[in-house]
Amino acid sequence: MNAQRINGALRPVPPLAVYLLGLVPLGLLVVQVFTGGLGVDPVKVIERQLGEVALQLIVAGLCITPLRWLTGVNLIRFRRAVGLLAFFYVALHLLTWLLLDLQLRWGEIGADLTKRPYIIVGMVGFALLLPLAITSNNLSIRRMGAAGWQRLHQLTYLAAIAGAVHYVMLVKTWAAEPLLYLGLVVALLAWRAARSLRRAGLRSA
Amino acid sequence: MRNVYRSDLNWSDVTPRAVWMSRRQLIGAAGALALAGPAAASIGAGKSALSTDETPNTLEEISSYNNFYEFGLDKADPARYADALTVDPWAIEIGGLVDKPGSYDLADILTGVTLEERIYRFRCVEAWSMVIPWVGFELATLLNRVGVQPGAKFVAFETLVRPEEMPGIGAGYLDWPYREGLRLDEAMNPLTILATGLYDEPMPKQNGAPMRLVVPWKYGFKSIKSIVKISLVEEMPQTTWNMLQPREYGFYSNVNPTVDHPRWSQASERRIGGGFFAPRVDTQMFNGYGEQVASLYAGQDLAQDF
Ligand code: HEM
Repeated sequence: MNAQRINGALRPVPPLAVYLLGLVPLGLLVVQVFTGGLGVDPVKVIERQLGEVALQLIVAGLCITPLRWLTGVNLIRFRRAVGLLAFFYVALHLLTWLLLDLQLRWGEIGADLTKRPYIIVGMVGFALLLPLAITSNNLSIRRMGAAGWQRLHQLTYLAAIAGAVHYVMLVKTWAAEPLLYLGLVVALLAWRAARSLRRAGLRSA
Repeated sequence: MRNVYRSDLNWSDVTPRAVWMSRRQLIGAAGALALAGPAAASIGAGKSALSTDETPNTLEEISSYNNFYEFGLDKADPARYADALTVDPWAIEIGGLVDKPGSYDLADILTGVTLEERIYRFRCVEAWSMVIPWVGFELATLLNRVGVQPGAKFVAFETLVRPEEMPGIGAGYLDWPYREGLRLDEAMNPLTILATGLYDEPMPKQNGAPMRLVVPWKYGFKSIKSIVKISLVEEMPQTTWNMLQPREYGFYSNVNPTVDHPRWSQASERRIGGGFFAPRVDTQMFNGYGEQVASLYAGQDLAQDF
């Protein structure tokens, strides 16, 4: 079967490869900073690009399990790398906002964090990802137990919704791209929800 | 000595671009050496007293970073697609409460007006800003020429809608045509100009060729581009962004650091041009033009009339 062949081919690939691949967008940004490829407002481009890559990684992470359901291709081994990379990009995104965009004007940062809905929602996303990043290691899984760890890591769903809603809120008019991300996230979560409901139904039947 | 160009001359006849640029550099150097006298005297050809002496952004910055949704949402889209826009011939319909309504050819409008350089700060509602050396003439000149009738209280403007040349139109980002408006006293203020060029170039298409409004004390979206219609009206006209989000964009939309946009603070702005380290600076009331325009709003609550 195809899936088995793919799984077999992937077996020797170390997660490190995913980490390296995940750093490519960052590398491209850094190169462009030096070559002037980011246009006349590089800070905005960096800020948005980092946010967008973060959201893409979050969505990619959410696709791993459904991909296995659907095709049998098993990428679970790489999921931690995808998740940690997503957190890494969100953290850089936040740092860009603090350092390069708002330039540590704490008064305005404080006002934004309390008054601007899209910033608040983004920050909720970051706060939800933080415990996930901290516990994305074998020691934490052992300490917490698989069930507890999995329950905690369901926060990913909320973080994904926060990230996508944040994007929808910050554009000035109805644009296709943010809605597409939100639609994708909602569809992926609905699929999971439907599946676990069906399973619960089967079990109680 | 004022920097006044006759419209029958090409700007480049007056000041070749290279000379203009090197003059700027000289001025910059002189400024750095603190040898420059008063700002107005330091620029060879002189400039409008209404111009700022801040260093303008480069032509590349001004013409590659634009919000002109008729060409797409991305700020690079206008520069990418506006090339297709036909700006000659160009007619502007002037109507409503005026003595001489009609469809005016742009060339006719420009005959007899004296173009001058106005270096203005430009503040976008998205909290970024530039300094732009516009070339244009006061809107009041045109309005006086067509004769404003007593009942007129507002001026309404519309942008061209030409889907075959403007790829953003079909995407329906906004309710076209793009509409803007000013109160008559705002329109008559000497700061308010119709601009037909930048530096010594004709207006780049992505910046609103062939003629656009520039109202430097208001957020950039008030400075409507590629104008095809001007109407003098009695009632406050509908304006595009206000129609889309009345809570976020008011009719006046004066630059005001104390009245935040619901989604972002207006207390400060990033000056485009510093690259990676573009500085964030405090936003000034009326974008620094309070001396000329604050009196227009005497007695108005600007938090209410935002
Ligand atoms: C789960 C966490 C987050 C995700 C997935 C995320 C994602 C995004 C995305 C996709 C964009 C738009 C990119 C584009 O236009 O191409 C964006 C923009 C932005 N985000 Fe986030 N973000 C997150 C958290 C945050 C946080 C914590 C902050 C700051 C406190 C923040 C501040 C911003 C800002 C300022 C923009 C740019 C808005 C503008 O265009 O001016 N985000 N983010």
